[in-house]
Amino acid sequence: MKVILRNPRRELDISGPRTVINLLATLDLNREAHLVMRDGELIPGDAALDDSDVIEVRPVISGGER
Amino acid sequence: MKCVTCRGPAVIDIRRQNANYCVEHFFEQCRRQVTKAIDEWKMIARSDRVLVAVSGGKDSLAIWDLLVELGYQADGLYVGLGIGEYSEVSHTHAAAFAESRGLTLRTVDLPGTYGYDIPTGSRAARRAPCSACGLSKRHLFDAAALEGGYDVLVTGHNLDDEAAVLFGNTLHWHTEYLGRQLPVLPARDGFPKKVKPLVRLTERETAAYCLLRGIDYLVDECPMAAGNRHLSYKEALNDIEVKSPGAKHSFYFGFLDRASNLFAPEAEDDREGLQPCLTCGAPTPSEICAFCRLVERAGGHQPEPVPVELGSTRTRSTP
Repeated sequence: MKVILRNPRRELDISGPRTVINLLATLDLNREAHLVMRDGELIPGDAALDDSDVIEVRPVISGGER
Repeated sequence: MKCVTCRGPAVIDIRRQNANYCVEHFFEQCRRQVTKAIDEWKMIARSDRVLVAVSGGKDSLAIWDLLVELGYQADGLYVGLGIGEYSEVSHTHAAAFAESRGLTLRTVDLPGTYGYDIPTGSRAARRAPCSACGLSKRHLFDAAALEGGYDVLVTGHNLDDEAAVLFGNTLHWHTEYLGRQLPVLPARDGFPKKVKPLVRLTERETAAYCLLRGIDYLVDECPMAAGNRHLSYKEALNDIEVKSPGAKHSFYFGFLDRASNLFAPEAEDDREGLQPCLTCGAPTPSEICAFCRLVERAGGHQPEPVPVELGSTRTRSTP
């Protein structure tokens, strides 16, 4: 599957099938700090992903001194 | 995963609640949490004129949207900080949101009005960029709320923000700050009433809210904030949260319930002796307030090219 990451923006090819939770673990990304979308739609942690999917992993942490 | 309310397909799992939600019931959950915060701390009255501090990011646009959805009369205030392309894009997001909903967005341009931008001004004044930015925004938000006759100033601080600030203040035992780290600060001594209605939602939830509502927010992180301590505290707390869901909520709300009062006298002492700034009239413990001192030191410096690019920030969470 194609995985799009942000900050900085880049793309990776990751093999499927795997779940969203497994994908984040493979990428060493914290579940509490990211959302995962397929074709622009938000998907939950147990969603099954396969090789044909285009996935965006979006970080949600922000802020300097607020 | 199924929605905890209707058993339909869930789009988000929230482990600290041990619950999953479909789109409709996630919106309901967000509105419920904001309503609970507003009611519990008497943040906003129905008749209040509300000013929302808007950055173009997920939190400020989410709370502006939620307040309007809940029936409050809320205008937005955007402060242009002069951080290159980042500021230009963030203003575009804030303005587009306001226009799409027919809302009023006030704008203050820091370089145009006060003669400095954050990258250049912070260096001229020898302050960290986040420090100069926070000081500038707090002053300008307060001033705009008072001058505009607003009853309450709303900021988009969420549970992650508050837990991270609490973590930092506890690590360093900044007891005077601990005493005033509350979801509501009443109007007094020349300050407007300030409230944080998002304290019951994490930033993962505010980001999800924006995505599902179709709110186009600025995803890229401020390039000046890369590597600051606040972000490292958030990462540390999220590492704990993964192993212990609900830890951030327990840390922050446990503090409010059981400990914040212990530090109130020190915070009160810290606010005594405030007097009007001789330059601008804002409350300050000195003759000249910190903002006016910053303007004096930073204003008028020729902006220097600063390598500010979007999407070039944190490295820890990259594979």
